[in-house]
This record gives sequence, structure tokens and C-alpha cells, in this order.
Amino acid sequence: MNDLQESSQLGTELAVDTIDVMVPSSRKGLEVDSVYKKIDSRPILLGIDLKIDPGESVTLLGPSGCGKTTLLRVIAGLERPEAGAVRLGDQTLSDPHSFMPPEKRQIGMVFQDWALFPHLDVAHNVSYGLAKDNEKRETIVENILEMVGLSGLGSRMPSTLSGGEKQRVAIARSLAPQPHVLLLDEPFSNLDTSLRASVRSETRSLLRDLGMTTLFVTHDQEEAFILSDEIAVMDSGVIRQQASPHEIYERPHDLWVAAFIGNANLLPGLAEGTTAQTVLGAIPLAKSAFGPQTLLLRPEQIHLEPGSSAQVKRVEFYGHGCTYWIDFNGTELIVRSTSKPSFTSGETVALTYQGPGVAAYPKESSEKEAR
Amino acid sequence: MIGAISPKKEAWIELWQGPLPGMLWTTGALLVLVSAGTLILGTGLAWLTTMYDFPGRRIFTWSLMLPLAMPAYILGFVFLSIFDFAGPVQSAMRNFFGRDVWFPNVNSIWSAAVVMTLTLYPYVYILARLAFREQTSATYESARLLGDSRFNAARRVILPMARPTLAVGIALVMMETLTDFATVQYFNVKTISVGIYQVWQGMFDRETAVELAALVLLIAVIILAVERVFRGQAKYYQHGGSRGLRRVKLSGWRRNVAIAIPLVVLFLAIAMPIAQLLFWIFKSPAVVTDLSRAFEFLSNSLGFAIAAAGGAAFLALFAAGGARFSGRPSVRRAARLVIIGYAVPGPVVGIGVLVMLTWVIESSGANPTNVVLLSFIGLVYAYIVRFMALAYGSIDASLEKITPSIVDSAHTLGAGPTRVMRQIYFPIARSGAIAGAFLVAIDVLKELPIALLIRPFGLTTTSIWVWQLAAESRWAAAAIPSLLIVATAILPIILYLRSDKRFHSPALEQSRPIPDSRKVKK
Repeated sequence: MNDLQESSQLGTELAVDTIDVMVPSSRKGLEVDSVYKKIDSRPILLGIDLKIDPGESVTLLGPSGCGKTTLLRVIAGLERPEAGAVRLGDQTLSDPHSFMPPEKRQIGMVFQDWALFPHLDVAHNVSYGLAKDNEKRETIVENILEMVGLSGLGSRMPSTLSGGEKQRVAIARSLAPQPHVLLLDEPFSNLDTSLRASVRSETRSLLRDLGMTTLFVTHDQEEAFILSDEIAVMDSGVIRQQASPHEIYERPHDLWVAAFIGNANLLPGLAEGTTAQTVLGAIPLAKSAFGPQTLLLRPEQIHLEPGSSAQVKRVEFYGHGCTYWIDFNGTELIVRSTSKPSFTSGETVALTYQGPGVAAYPKESSEKEAR
Repeated sequence: MIGAISPKKEAWIELWQGPLPGMLWTTGALLVLVSAGTLILGTGLAWLTTMYDFPGRRIFTWSLMLPLAMPAYILGFVFLSIFDFAGPVQSAMRNFFGRDVWFPNVNSIWSAAVVMTLTLYPYVYILARLAFREQTSATYESARLLGDSRFNAARRVILPMARPTLAVGIALVMMETLTDFATVQYFNVKTISVGIYQVWQGMFDRETAVELAALVLLIAVIILAVERVFRGQAKYYQHGGSRGLRRVKLSGWRRNVAIAIPLVVLFLAIAMPIAQLLFWIFKSPAVVTDLSRAFEFLSNSLGFAIAAAGGAAFLALFAAGGARFSGRPSVRRAARLVIIGYAVPGPVVGIGVLVMLTWVIESSGANPTNVVLLSFIGLVYAYIVRFMALAYGSIDASLEKITPSIVDSAHTLGAGPTRVMRQIYFPIARSGAIAGAFLVAIDVLKELPIALLIRPFGLTTTSIWVWQLAAESRWAAAAIPSLLIVATAILPIILYLRSDKRFHSPALEQSRPIPDSRKVKK
């Protein structure tokens, strides 16, 4: 089946009545409490704290190799942590004294390669997690397949499905046993770009409608911003910040997060309470501070006008806006505008700041954190 | 095998002053001839069917593997009967050119090399094809765009990338050549393996036989070491670009040559011997009809084949599973050890098991009934050691489908370890286990050296029967059992290889829609 064709007929309209079948009997939250984990004597997780409220959706965002997947596997019970605890609601899944095996946890997981059972057809894949004596087995399978837009494909073998269909079977399979929490490990990374956006918002609204407590893992920022109520930014085995996408973007906890999320212009300034003096003039601060600081200016907060203090090095036009790379006395600044380019490369310009108070980080610590 | 580790000095001196240097030289010469022959024939045919398009290419592609079903000990005596002094070829030449017409001596190492090349080249052919198939067109086309001619691109890009695979194929061929002691005897070629057999059968001199076997083992180890060096650490993976190498359509005389070469090979290796066997049966039914014990021999063969196939598949099921899924590295290593037998020559396995058996029999003072039973067990055991790798490889290939995340996801869906075994591992491994058992059974039916060495006294299998008749030059009488062996071996090859997608062109044939049989069911 053609992937493009398929995106339009995707589980479009969630049959609302089928959701009732699916709502978890009791919503539970998830808590990870200073978890440590080594693999082959290499430390991977260095004291992870993470909290997901019942019905909430969180995305773990971080560069490749930061330990995201390992954390997911620890939560699922596929890895046993050396220290720390994992709790589901008021139940302890693992702590230094006890460890509940994955098959007992009722935590669903969708794998990056979807991991469908190649020898079972779609219906049997989906019913795998249901109890043998469950009388409603067939109804549940039918309802879930309908929910993800795969009605009638129950007898197909996984090898005959397209990527988008496999992905939906994987989600359906993990939802069928009504897990307390659903973990998704880069579930969209194996999909074509053209298909990814639609499947993503689809999955998001499905899980939101179900009120599922969800933890996504991704290294794709755009995905993280779209998918979840909160983002947990992870780096080298620690979670640097867990907050709403908006807060992460506006008020990163430290310079590393600031530089990792979106484009960041880091500008030195001398703080004098609620403002700071910089080469761009006085800039308002989000929180009052004093002394040498590093200020975070997002590209869309700097505006260009005719002048002579800086020079345009490069312009990229995207249709819906454009980005300038500006040389300001040897410092490179990135400026984004939603209008079409009004300056070309080589022209001189003047810069002004327009926006709310910015985040500022004390100078000494900033040197260390920005690596 | 234990005996082989502590060679006695006197035994060596005696061997060294006697026939050993000659046997070593002969063995070396035969190895060189056969590996050169199979390398040229196997790689050449693989190149022809991969890179060129000509009428009949698809049929040749799989039928060129049929010689796998023709054991050298059968082709050998048919060859001898056709080309020796009294045979039809020389007779016809004498009638035509007169009495003194020159003809190469048939009883020579060259004839043995030709026969073995014709029966062993499929190993190289199959592996070379796989190596060529795995390469994407992009690499080859890049070489062409960088200025290489077709020939140079092949020499500088495709062949070097195929080298590790070809090394494996040649090593297999050399193992078979090294350990053959039946075929070479037709041609009076005395290799070390012949020496082992004669020392063992003629004098029951266990000591000397074991010493010689140790020498064969040493040569085998050298071959494996050389193969390692040739293969190096190289493993050339290619990603993406599912399109294989593009075929060039041949026309004119090139096309005719392209058709003629595989035809000649197939004629010599398959059509001619089968025709000759059939000819014997129809021409002199009287000689052939001594079939009084045929059923007994056949059922002996089948019994061993079934026992060995079942045992090998059963053990391989656990070994392959352990190698893949055990958390402990030591278990994984141990599990992989079981496939080493395939790299050990048949007679070495045979003698090792024999020495073990003799020891068990002597130390337990077993009565004759137990001796027969023990030899039966010993033979099945030797077959399992020798052919386990076939079952293992087949099962392991089917287990590729079970990625670690599949096992993990079964766990997160509530399945404990036993349920994963029952519902994921066994169903997926089953087809591989059946195919593997099948392959083992075919090889056991064809197998001669181990059977000759370990068979319980007085027990004859079909392959031993053929060999005994052929060794006494009662070729016509050997026709029916020979055909039986070829037929049992050839049918599965046809069925199996024709359906093996890996073997055909990836671009054209794999784009066919996958038939969905399940759909009809509901």
C-alpha cells in the first residue's frame, strides 16, 4: 500500500464509543527515584528522577547515547537498576530489595522497530497480551484495530504490512492489555517523513483521548514539543530539566539545555537587577540578577533594521519565514523573521531586542556548562 | 581423538621412511588442482549467471547446483567406465584413428581432480553467487564512473568484496578433497586419507591409523588457518540500494558460448552419469537385478539418516537458542562450539569416534550384542557431530527473525520465559529445524567415509553397497543403488533451491507481490 494514500485514511475518526472499552480501569502515575544503571561496567544512568502524573504525557528528549532507551527499559523491567526505585502509583516495581519482572508490571512498550511477532497474524499479535480466558478477546481486538484504523486487517501477516500499518499494529498490541503506562521508544523514526507528521499527531490524540499515562523517547525536538505535556531533557545519564515545552524553551534550566533546545544566541551582559547591559543595549531579565551574566536570546527575539552596526553573512528563505546569520563584531548571531527577507547577505544592519524578560545565567557557571 | 594428540616417535619414523612422503605430495597436488578447478568453474559460472543475460539463464542458475546431489564416489566410477581403455570413448577413438591413438591415462590424479571439481564446484558457485548478489549496483557503478572498465571494476571491486565468501567456499572444497578416500581409489591416487583407510581396514592397526588421522587433522587446521587469513577480518556489509548488479544481455557468439559452458558442465556432471547408470540398467538387467538385499541396505541408510537428522535438529534447537538468547557469554560460546564438526573431516570424526568406541568396548568388556549396539550409537553420534552445523545454520537463520526487541515486547505483554519459548521461539524455529533435519538426512544418505569406518560389523548402507560394487568394478550392478542415492539427493535440491529467493535476482523477482494465503482462510 502506498504510504501517502494511507495517511489520509488513517484511523481518522476515532470511533468514540470504542474508547470506553479502552480507558484504563485506574490511571496510575509513574515515578523514577534516583535510579543508577551500569551496562558492561559503563555507567549509563546517573541518578535519574522522573515523575509522570496519572494520564499525563511526558517526552524524554536527548542526544543519541544519553541513556533514554536504557531508562525506558529500566521502567519496563527489561533492565534491573543498580540503585534507586521505580514506582507505579503506590506500588513499588523495583528497588534495591525487590524487582518485579516485566511480564508482571502491566507496562506497555512500543519498540523502535515495532517488534511484531513475524509468525503471528495481526489479530494474534494484538491479542498476545490478553488473557487466554478473556471472553471479550475478539471484541477487544476488533475494537482496537478499528480504533487505530486497521479494521479488516486482522488476518494479514506482519510482513505484508506497510511501515505505517506496522506501527499502528504495534500500538494496538501494547494497548490491548490495558497497561497502566505506555512507553514508546522512538516509535516514528522508522516512518517516511511524509507519513511521520500525520501518524504522530494521530497517535498523540489517540493516547490523549484514552487518558493514557505515556512516556515517549525521542531525539527529535519538534516531535518532543508536539507530543507531550512535559519534556524531560536528558544528557549523559541525568535529567537536566523536566517542564512544559513552553518553559523549557523560554526558561531553560541551564546553558546546556538552552543550547540544546532550538537555536540559542548566548550574549554576555552585566546584570543590574531587572535589566542587563549588553552590546545590544539594555535587555529585560526574567528574574532579577546582578553581575556578569550570560543571556539567552532566541532568534525570533532579535529584530533587524537598516543600520551599520552588524553585517548579514547568510540568509535562508523557507517560504513561511527566513533566518539570517549576522556578524556582530565577530560574534555570530542567528535571527529569525516571519516575513520574507528584507536584507541580503553583505548588507549592514542594526539589531534591537524585542521581547519579554530573558533567562540569564551567572558567568562562572556558564563557562563550564556550555562545554 | 585423544590418541591422536600423543603421537609415537617410532610410528612416525616408520611412516616417514615408507609411503608417507608420496602420500603427502599426492594430497597436496590434488588439493591444489581441485581448489583451482572449483575456484575457476564455480566463480566463473556464478559470474556468468549473475552478470549476463542469455537464453536459459534462469534454469541454469539453479540447475548448476544439481551436481551437489552427485557424490564423487558415483561420478568417479561412471567416469572411469566411460573413459578407460575398454570404455566407449576410447573404443570409438580406436575404431576411428586406429589402434595406437593416444589418450591421457585415466588412472591419474588429473582424472580424480576433474571428477572432484565437477562434484564440488557447487560449493564455490553458491557462495560466489551469494557474494555477488549481496553487492549493490551502486558500488559497481561508482567504479565504472571512476573510470574502470567492466573487467577492471570486477577485478578491483566485486571480486575483492567477494573474497571472504570465496575463501569459505574453497576451504569447504579442500576439506572434502582432503578427506575423500573412496573416489581417489578408483583412480589409483594414494592420498593420506586412503592411507588411513587402508591401514585401518587392512591391518586394523589402530595406532598408525590414528597417527595418520592426526596428520590429516593438522592439514585441515592449516587449511582453516589459511582461510582465516584470506578472509581476514573483512566483512563487507552493504546497506540500502536493494537493486543488485545489472545484467548485460549477450548476443551473437558470446551468447552461444554462454549457453554452451553451463550445458557442458551439466552434461558431464549430471546428464552423462545418469544416462550411463540408466543405460546399464536397461542393457543388462540380469547383472543389475541382484536386489535381494537392497531393501535391507536402504532401510539401514534411512534409519541412520532419520536418527542423525532428528538428533542433530533436536540438539541444534537448544544450541542455537542458547547461542542467541542466553545472557551468559560462556553459554553463547559453548553453544557455537557444536558446529565445529562440520569443519572437521569425516574420517577424522570417524576415527575419533572409533577410538572412543574401542575404548568403551574394551574397558567395559561388552558382549557382541552390545558391540553392535555401540557401533550403531557411535555412527549416529559421528553423524551428529559431523552434520550438526547444517541443522544449526538452518535454525539460526530462522531465528534471525527474533530480534531482541521481539522477546522484550513479549515480556512487556505479560509473557514469562516459558511462554516466550513455547509461543515465539519454537514456532519460529520450527521451519528451520525441519529444513535443517532434511539437509542432515540427505547428507547422511550420501555419506560414505564415516559409514565405512564405523559401521557395525556386517551392516551395509546404500552408499557402502555402491562403493563395494564399484571397487570391484561391478559398475552395472551398482547402477540401481547409485541412481537411488542421486534421486534422493536431487529432489530436495530442486524443490529447495528453486524456491530459495536469496538465490534469484533481487531486483526482478523480489518485487513480486507477496501472496497472501491467510486472507483466503477467513
